[in-house]
Amino acid sequence: MQQLTMGQAIRQALAEEMHRDPDVFVAGEGVGQGIHESPLMPTYGLLKEFGPERVKDTPVSEAAIAGLAVGAAVIGLRPVVEIMFNPFFTIASDQIVNHAAKLRYLSGGKSKFPLVVRIKSGAGGSAGCQHAHNLEAWVAHCPGLKVVMPATPADAKGLLTAAIRDDNPVVFLEDMALYFVPGPVPEGEYVLPLGAAEIKKPGADVTVVTWSKMLGAAFKAAAALAGEGIDVEVVDLRTLAPLDRETVLNSVQKTGRLVVLHEACRTGGFGGEIAALAAEEAFGFLKAPVKRVAAPDIPVPFSPPLEQFYIPGEKQLIEAVRAVMG
Amino acid sequence: MTGVKMLALYKDMLLIRRFEEKLVELCRVEGKIPGMMILCTGQEAVAAGACGALEPDDVIIGNHRSHGHLIAKGADPKLIMAEIFGKRTGYNKGKSGTLHIAAPEVNALCTTTVVGGGIPIAVGTAFAQQYKKNRSVTVCFFGDGAADEGSFHEALNLAALWRLPVIFICENNVYAGAQRMEEHTRVKDVALRAAAYGMTGEVVDGNNAVAVYEAVAGARQRCLDGEGPALLECKTYRWRGHGELDHQVYQPKEEIAVWMQRCPVKGLENRLLADGLVTKAALVEMEEEVSAVVEEAVRFAEESPWPAPEEALEDVYV
Repeated sequence: MQQLTMGQAIRQALAEEMHRDPDVFVAGEGVGQGIHESPLMPTYGLLKEFGPERVKDTPVSEAAIAGLAVGAAVIGLRPVVEIMFNPFFTIASDQIVNHAAKLRYLSGGKSKFPLVVRIKSGAGGSAGCQHAHNLEAWVAHCPGLKVVMPATPADAKGLLTAAIRDDNPVVFLEDMALYFVPGPVPEGEYVLPLGAAEIKKPGADVTVVTWSKMLGAAFKAAAALAGEGIDVEVVDLRTLAPLDRETVLNSVQKTGRLVVLHEACRTGGFGGEIAALAAEEAFGFLKAPVKRVAAPDIPVPFSPPLEQFYIPGEKQLIEAVRAVMG
Repeated sequence: MTGVKMLALYKDMLLIRRFEEKLVELCRVEGKIPGMMILCTGQEAVAAGACGALEPDDVIIGNHRSHGHLIAKGADPKLIMAEIFGKRTGYNKGKSGTLHIAAPEVNALCTTTVVGGGIPIAVGTAFAQQYKKNRSVTVCFFGDGAADEGSFHEALNLAALWRLPVIFICENNVYAGAQRMEEHTRVKDVALRAAAYGMTGEVVDGNNAVAVYEAVAGARQRCLDGEGPALLECKTYRWRGHGELDHQVYQPKEEIAVWMQRCPVKGLENRLLADGLVTKAALVEMEEEVSAVVEEAVRFAEESPWPAPEEALEDVYV
């Protein structure tokens, strides 16, 4: 199987879908010719391959970029627009939250909005809190949107392909650190269902639910804990909306213990939703209180030691797992 | 403009006027309409003139004050009325009410009440029209208040940059909420801003349906010729408040009276009579016809079933 980084896998999904469907186009700041030009970036070389009609470099105008997607989608195109960094989502948010998410409902099901908003996210590059702020819980709180956060190159390809083909608006959050991490990726058409979590590592003793970049920390913690005789099951949500409740609940019912791990800050984070799901639907199976491992409730700090303190990792997860194991 | 076309514009305006007069009755007297009621009375010439210059494939994007736009684009008054009542038979099954009606059947693709929210969407529909090379345009209606939103700036800049086939129609009805123009911006005409984006800007008499028609028809042709978008500022006046709960304390009675003297419906009626394009008898007939349409719309809405409560759960996702 081919080895690609996540950035390359995303690029492959974009290119394959653009070849397959002439209604697919990409737009955003620097998606054609950008300031972050690198073969590992997701839109690298698309301009050369598909031309300026379908690879649209836009002005620095997040609201217009998102509105472009909404309007183009209602007429039947399949826009894939990019918001350069997750905090800039707030400028585009009226179009995404009040329009992309709601206009189908307001139309009484007559209109559809098959658009994808790709958003670069994740802390770790000392970019500071106005370039790094994981807001997945915000978007997951908006009915009408689907929310995807892949953790591996293969998942990114399969899920982005599905997102582009989906008739609903999809917010696709890409952790930038993962752009540079290679992994095996199926060649040719590869589509994964939206709304299906995956057990990335089966285990018997404790369920760790996570997504995006934190999957790596979960793997490391699971390996370390195996040495202590603790068998961790790692569930990668992959999509937050629709939420695969069944896979989470089956796992919790099996292991009786749940730790949720996410990079976003703790309060109001999506981990609370997973904890609530377990409390409501699997309380009788729980052998210990649910624990959340998340960033502290502070903006993402700049200085490397501060930022590393911010980002949760295997150390905190190991402690949390030990705690629920009693 | 042909006499037939002018008569058609008049009929659209008359229907909009009578439709909304009925809404006032239903809303204020009979209490039959849930929620807000925002009317375009006094502004009918903008809706009729603009939509009258469009073809069926052309798209309109509306705002909170869009009954007129919908009717003039050819939406069915029965389905509009049923939607306003919140009935299952309405255009959007009671999901949108008066404020956000979408009628894709006539390419009224989006009505949005977020002020300025429709302007970037019009950029998107116009982009799709350009991309598909289907020789149609988008008309985006918004008020003078929306021209102060950031979305206006981003959208007009992008539309001009890409020479998109979109006509931005600012219905300047003198008030943005309770604010007069001089209380919310330093420029005297919104149309002046067009120059800042490198597009055509034009002030139009928004109480003259023929003038609006001609301005939109010209802008539409320039769009199709690849010359890019236009910003048309139609100067008009809303006779009523922002909504029906607005007591209009900020609107001088004398001012309203002056503008009522410039009634767009009456104005075109006088012109039709003066030019011999219509007889008084024909006008009486038209009045009866329009009243029947409105009455039928109300009957349809009143007799239509409510949606079942659990239908609220439908239509979120495809």
